[in-house]
Amino acid sequence: MSEENARLTSSLLYLDDVQVTFDGYRALRGLSLVLAPGEMRAIIGPNGAGKTTMMDVITGKTRPDVGEVYFEGRHDLTQLDEAEIATLGVGRKFQKPTVFENHTVHDNILLAAKAPRSVRATLRARPTPESGRAIERILERIRLTNVRDWRAGALSHGQKQWLEIGMLLAQDPKLLLVDEPVAGMTDSETAETAAMLKEIAREHSVVVVEHDMAFVRELDVKVTVLHEGAVLAEGSLDQVSADERVVEVYLGR
Amino acid sequence: MTHAIAETILSAHLRLRAISTHAFALLLAALLLLSVSTPTHADALDEAFVKLYADNFQQTEQAVAGIAASGAPHAAETLDALRDGRLFANADAKRILYKTTAGDAFDAMTGGKVDNLDGFKKVRINNGVRRALDAAMGALGVGAADPQRRIHAAHELFNNPNPTTLPIIDAQLAKEANADAKSALEEARAAIVAATPGAGNADALRAIEALAARGDKAAQNHIATLAAKRDDPAIRTAADAAIARIDRSLFLWGLAQNGWYGLSTASVLLLAAIGLAITFGVMGVINMAHGEMVMLGAYSTYAMQMLLPASMTNWSVPLALPLAFVVSAIAGVVIERFVVRYLYTRPLDTLLATWGVSLILQQAVRTLFGASNRQVYSPPFLSGAYHWGGLEITNNRLWIILLSGAVFAALLFVLHATSFGLQMRAVTQNRRMASAMGISTARVDMMAFALGSGVAGIAGVALSQIDNVSPNLGQGYIVDSFMVVVFGGVGNLWGAALGAVTLGLANKILEPLIGAVQGQIALLVFIILFIQKRPRGLFAQKGRAVES
Amino acid sequence: MNNALDRAGWIFVAIMALAAVLVPVAALGTPEGALVHMPSYLVQLLGKYLCYAILAIALDLVWGYCGILSLGHGAFFALGGYAMGMYLMRQIGARGVYANPLLPDFMVFLNWKALPIAWWGFNSFAYAMLMVVLVPGLLALGFGWFAFRSRVTGVYLSIITQAMTFALFKEFFRNDFGFGGNNGLTDFKDILGFPLQSDAVKAGLFCVTALFVNLSYLVSRAIVRSKYGKALIATRDAESRMRFLGYRVENIKLFAFVVSAVMAGVGGALYVPQVGIINPSEFAPGNSIEAAIWVAVGGRGTLVGAAIGAIAVNFGKTYFTGALPEYWLFALGALFVGVTLFFPAGLMGALSWRWKQRAPKETGT
Ligand SMILES: Nc1ncnc2c1ncn2[C@@H]1O[C@H](COP(=O)(O)OP(=O)(O)O)[C@@H](O)[C@H]1O
Ligand SMILES: [Mg+2]
Repeated sequence: MSEENARLTSSLLYLDDVQVTFDGYRALRGLSLVLAPGEMRAIIGPNGAGKTTMMDVITGKTRPDVGEVYFEGRHDLTQLDEAEIATLGVGRKFQKPTVFENHTVHDNILLAAKAPRSVRATLRARPTPESGRAIERILERIRLTNVRDWRAGALSHGQKQWLEIGMLLAQDPKLLLVDEPVAGMTDSETAETAAMLKEIAREHSVVVVEHDMAFVRELDVKVTVLHEGAVLAEGSLDQVSADERVVEVYLGR
Repeated sequence: MTHAIAETILSAHLRLRAISTHAFALLLAALLLLSVSTPTHADALDEAFVKLYADNFQQTEQAVAGIAASGAPHAAETLDALRDGRLFANADAKRILYKTTAGDAFDAMTGGKVDNLDGFKKVRINNGVRRALDAAMGALGVGAADPQRRIHAAHELFNNPNPTTLPIIDAQLAKEANADAKSALEEARAAIVAATPGAGNADALRAIEALAARGDKAAQNHIATLAAKRDDPAIRTAADAAIARIDRSLFLWGLAQNGWYGLSTASVLLLAAIGLAITFGVMGVINMAHGEMVMLGAYSTYAMQMLLPASMTNWSVPLALPLAFVVSAIAGVVIERFVVRYLYTRPLDTLLATWGVSLILQQAVRTLFGASNRQVYSPPFLSGAYHWGGLEITNNRLWIILLSGAVFAALLFVLHATSFGLQMRAVTQNRRMASAMGISTARVDMMAFALGSGVAGIAGVALSQIDNVSPNLGQGYIVDSFMVVVFGGVGNLWGAALGAVTLGLANKILEPLIGAVQGQIALLVFIILFIQKRPRGLFAQKGRAVES
Repeated sequence: MNNALDRAGWIFVAIMALAAVLVPVAALGTPEGALVHMPSYLVQLLGKYLCYAILAIALDLVWGYCGILSLGHGAFFALGGYAMGMYLMRQIGARGVYANPLLPDFMVFLNWKALPIAWWGFNSFAYAMLMVVLVPGLLALGFGWFAFRSRVTGVYLSIITQAMTFALFKEFFRNDFGFGGNNGLTDFKDILGFPLQSDAVKAGLFCVTALFVNLSYLVSRAIVRSKYGKALIATRDAESRMRFLGYRVENIKLFAFVVSAVMAGVGGALYVPQVGIINPSEFAPGNSIEAAIWVAVGGRGTLVGAAIGAIAVNFGKTYFTGALPEYWLFALGALFVGVTLFFPAGLMGALSWRWKQRAPKETGT
C-alpha cells in the first residue's frame, strides 16, 4: 500500500485499474499506467485497443466506471471536467486534427496561449509585445510563420497537425497527450513531426499514441503496448517487440 | 348538454308511447297480480277518478298517482291518454273515457266501447300533472315483463322520485328475480325514500346503503337531501360515511376518466410526433413543416368527403387514410428532394428552410380552401359514446387510439422486419458507416421522409375528427410533437411512444390540478429542465457517431 | 471581421447617425406637403424597423458568432416591451376609462382591488428601464445556465428556446397572469410627461432608437473583435476543442446569450411606445423565427448585415401586406427557402472572407 502510495505521489499521471464500458462493450478492462514527471511515453496497440478511450478518461471526456486517475499525485481527474483538467496543465491533441478553421493561424495560437480563460479576462485582453513575440516564436517552431495570417481551414493536413502541436506548445501544459500525430503524413512530414515532439518532450511530459513503428522507433522512448483495454507489455521498443504476445496480437509474425 | 338531456327524455317518452296499447295490456296483467295492498281496483280507481271530475290541476295530479297505484286494467291507457289530451271526463255522469289514437272511445273503468260522447270534457293538464304522469307511467313500467324496461323505468324513477310510487316498487321488489332490475329498483326506492321526509329510519338507512352502492353524483345528491331533513345521529353518520365513500369512488372514476383522456391525448401526440421522430432520427434534421403534413392529411379527408358521392359519405374517413398518406408522403418527398437534401450538414438551416415551406403550404391551403374552418363529416361509427361505470368513452377517441396503435405496430414492423427498415436503422445509427456498407443514404433519406410525412398525413385524418380543420391546424401540434420527440429520444419508436404517453397522461393529470394552460406550461418547463439532465432524451442513442 | 465588412459597418453607423438627425428635421422642420416632409406614420414605421434591427443584431451575436440559433429571442424582445408597456400603462393614471388613479383599466375591469406586486415601482421610469434590462437578462441567465451547462446544442437548443417562448406566449394570454391577458397593454398616453401622439415625441423616439441601433452595433462589434469574440467563434466551430484548451464554454455562451437578450429587451422597450401596444402575440414562435430570417438575409455573423436584413425584410413585408396581402406568406416562405439554399452568406456575407473559403460543413452544432 505504502509502496503504491509512493508510486502515486511521485508520479505525474497515475492510472489504476481503470474500467470503461460502452453499452456492455468493455473498452478499458483494468488499465494501469504510471508516468513519471518529464517522461515521454509511446503507446501502441491494435485498433480498438482503447488508446483513444484512455485519453478520453484522462482529459475528462469519459468518466471511468471503476478505477483511479490522478494527476501530480493530488488531483483526482475523475472528479473534474474537461476545462478544469486542461487548466491543471493537461493538453491534448486529437487523432483528427481539430483547429479553429475560421480563425487565422495566429489567432489559433493566441486562443491556445497560456492566459486567463475567463470571460472577463478575454474581454479585456489586449495584445502585448511580449505575448506577440511568444506567438511568433511558436509559429517559427512549427514552421508556419509565412502562413500566420491564413485561415486555418486553408492549411494542408500536415500543417494543421503542426498548428495543433503549436497550440499545445502555446498552452504550455505539464502533460501532453498526442493521439496519432503522424497519421496521413508524408515521410518527411513524419520525420519533422518526430523532431518537434522530441523537442517538446525536453520541457514537457508527453504521451504519444502511434501506429507508425518507424515513428515510434525514432522517438526512442519507453513503450506501452495496449491490448483489449489493458496493458499487455511495457519496456523499450526492442523489448516489447521481442515479446511473444505482442507479436501475436499486434506486430504480426 | 341540456339539449342532450331533453333528447333522452323525449326519446324515452316516444318509446313509452310506441309501446303503448298492446304492451301495456301485458303489463297491466302484471299489475293485477301485484295489487295485494290495495283493496280492490274499482274502489281505488273510483277514488282517483273522483278527483278528475274537478278539473283542477292539483286534484288531477293526485288522481294520476291514484290511477297508477290502483292497478286497474286500463290504467296505462288512461294515463297515456291523459298525457296526450285524449282523456275526457263527464262530471255529471261520473264517467271517464279515453280515446285511442285511432279515435275510438273506451270507458276507462270498464274498458267498454263508448259511442255517445255528449257531456264529456277533455281533462286538461299542466307541467305539474305532466311530471306526475311521467312518474306514474314510470312506475307502471316497473312491472313490465321485459327486465330492460323495468330497469329503464326504475332509472326514470330514480331521477324523478315520486313518493306515490313507493308501493308499486315494493311490490315489484318482493318478486323481482333479475339482479340488475332489483338493484335498479332498490336505487329508485332509495331515491324516493330520500325525497320523503316522513319515511322511517330503517327505510332511510336502507336507502343510504343502496345509494352508496350506486355511488354517483346523483346518488350523493339524494343522500344529501335525505340527511338534510333528518336529525337522527345514526342516519347522519351513515349518510356522511356514504357521501365520503362516494367521493372516493367518484375520485377514482375521475382518475380513470382522466387516464382515458390522457391516453387519448397521448395517441394524438403519438400520431403527430412519430413521423417527426423518424425523419429527425434518420437525418438529424427537424422538419418544421411536419405540422403542415398533418394539416394536409386533414384536408385530404375534407377533399375525399367532397369527392365521394353522397351515398358513400360514411366511407369518406376510412378512404381518406390512404389518400392522406399518399398526399403527405408526396409533399414530404418534394421537401426532401428539393430542400432538405441540400442542407443536411446544416441542421439549423434546414430548420429555417422547412419553416419557410410550412408558411408556403399554409398559405397555399388558405388560398385553395379558404381561411375558415372546413367541416369534416363524422360517420356514425365515429360519433357517440360508451358508458361504463363513471367512465365515458367517446367513439372517435377510441378509434384514434386504435389507429395510433395500429400505425405504431405497422411502423415497428417496417423498421424491424423489412430490409428498408434495417437500412433506415443503420443510417440512423451511423450514417457514414451505413454509406460505406453500400446503403444508398439518399434513397433511405427520401423514403424516411416519405414514411414520416405519410404517417403525419394519417394523423391529420384522425385530427379532422376532433379538431378544427383549418390552415393553422398543424401549428397547434408542432411544439408538442417536438416535446415528445425530444423527451423520448431521437430515432427510437418506443421512445416516441413513451414520450407521447408520458406527456399525454401528465397533461391530463395536471389539467384538473392547475388548469389546462398552466398544465401545458408546467410540462414545457419540465421538458426544458429534463433535456438539461438527459440532453438526448429518455432513449438516447449512444456511441461515437452520435457524439461527434 | 474583414476590412470590407468593417467599412460597411461604419457606413451604416454614419447613416444611422444621419437619420437620427435628418428624420426629425424632415418630420418637424418642413411644411406638410413639401417634398422632403416626412409624415409621422412614416417616422413611426421606420422607428419600428429600427427596433427590429436591434433585435436582429442581438440575434446575430448569438447565432452568427456562437452558433446558437435562438428561436426564442422574440420572448426577450417582448419582455422588454412589456416592461416599457407597464411603465406607460401606469403613466395613464386616472385618465383611463375607469379613471382609477392606481389601477390600469384592465385590472378595474377584472375587478382587482390592489396593484399586483409585479407592477410595483413601474410608475418610475428609472425602475422600468432597469426591468427592461433585468428581466430579459435574468431569464436568459437562468435559461442559458441550465442549457449550456448540460451541453444542449444545435437543433435541441433551438427547440427548447422555442418551447420557452411558447410557454410565455401561453402564460401571457392568461388574464390571471396579470399583464392584460389577450389584449395586452395599450392606450398609452405619454412617456416622461410627453404625449406619445405628438409628432415631436414620435420624431424623438425615432432619434433615440437610431442611436440605440448604433450603440447595439458598436457594443457587439467591440465584443466580437475582442479575444473573447475569437473565443466565441472558436466555440461555435469546435466547442469540445475549446474545452480541452481549458475554456469554460458554457460561460462563454452564457455571456453572449445574456448580452444578446438584454439588447433584444431594449429593442422591445423602444418598440412599444412607437407602435402603441404590446400583447402576447409578440411571444408567438413565428415571430422569433422570422427574426432569424432577417439575420440570414442580411448575412449572419456580420452584425451590420443583420440590421440591414431586418430593415429590408420588414420593408418588404409592409409593401406586400399592403399591395398583395395574399402573397406575403408565399414571399416570406420563399425567402426562408431561397436564402438558406442559395444565398447562405446573405447580403453582407459576400463582403466577408469567412464564407468564401468556408467548408460547406456546419460545425459546432
Ligand atoms: N463513445 C463510445 N461509444 C461506444 N463505443 C466506443 C466509444 N468510444 C470508444 N468505443 C469503443 O471502444 C473501443 C476502443 O476504442 P478506442 O479507444 O478508440 O481504440 P483505439 O484508439 O485504440 O483504436 C472500440 O471498440 C470503440 O468502438
Ligand atoms: Mg484511436
